[in-house]
Amino acid sequence: MEDINSTVISSTQTDTKSEPHHLSIPHQHKDAIGAKIGMWLFLFTELLLFGGLFLLYMAYRLQYSKDFVIAASELNLFLGTINTIILLTSSLTMALSIAAIQREKKKLSIFSLLSTIGFALTFLVIKYFEWSAKFQHGIAPKSPELLSKPNGEIIFYGMYYSMTGLHALHVIIGAIVLSFMFVFLVRNKISSKDYIKLENSGLYWHLVDLIWIFLFPLFYLLH
Amino acid sequence: MEKQHKEHMIPYGTYVLVWLSLISLTVLTVTIAGIEIGRLALFVALAIAAIKSTLVISYFMHIKFDDLIFKFFLLVALVTLASIFILTATVFFFR
Repeated sequence: MEDINSTVISSTQTDTKSEPHHLSIPHQHKDAIGAKIGMWLFLFTELLLFGGLFLLYMAYRLQYSKDFVIAASELNLFLGTINTIILLTSSLTMALSIAAIQREKKKLSIFSLLSTIGFALTFLVIKYFEWSAKFQHGIAPKSPELLSKPNGEIIFYGMYYSMTGLHALHVIIGAIVLSFMFVFLVRNKISSKDYIKLENSGLYWHLVDLIWIFLFPLFYLLH
Repeated sequence: MEKQHKEHMIPYGTYVLVWLSLISLTVLTVTIAGIEIGRLALFVALAIAAIKSTLVISYFMHIKFDDLIFKFFLLVALVTLASIFILTATVFFFR
């Protein structure tokens, strides 16, 4: 198969205008498998990014296991559990959105995608309330009250804020990416024949869910 | 190319079942955390997290039905990550 189009990602460009009339049907050379491999390679770099933080967490937890347990008891288990369920459900609606477009059910796909974005925003709102409650109790990064605690507890909250913060940033990015996918779906740029964009965004979204699956027991379920 | 494009379609029901298992495992891990089982608690919690991730990766992320190359990539990534963790833990315990 010859690569006539030098620009593989030509979905947003309209090459047809400059071409002669007999070539007006755009030659779209698309490689869904290749795109997916690229996405997975990116996800592995994300895995290493969070992996480094998890590694740090492990090293500190081995060193300060008692302080970690005391510090973790301050976290709101109820809100943590609710957020876990919200993210898991958002992963379901994401998968359903892709399954629906495969079956040419555009409306169902859009509805599922919007639910996913809705769950993402709910997650962030809950996270906001969780953090502000902590801040009100004086447990904020570098706050005098936190700094007066033992080292292990300071480190626990340092890790808590950096890891859930980085995760929340991924949720925000995910929600933005999914909003673009919503526009693509409405404009038929994503269809049952070409839905790799939606699939790759889904992969990103599931990674965000995966990371939370580990963050949750490591921060909220300590005894 | 055309053959590759005929992707495996997972029934909606399968996704819902996976989701139900994920929710049940979450309830289970929270319940277990309330019971005093000492140091074992961490390993139980991580084991449940590992099962949940396997479900997400296999079904939601479609790896179970993807080409072998994806499984191979994932294996390399996970083995790398696991080695780093094991080596670091070893350093801690035998220092």
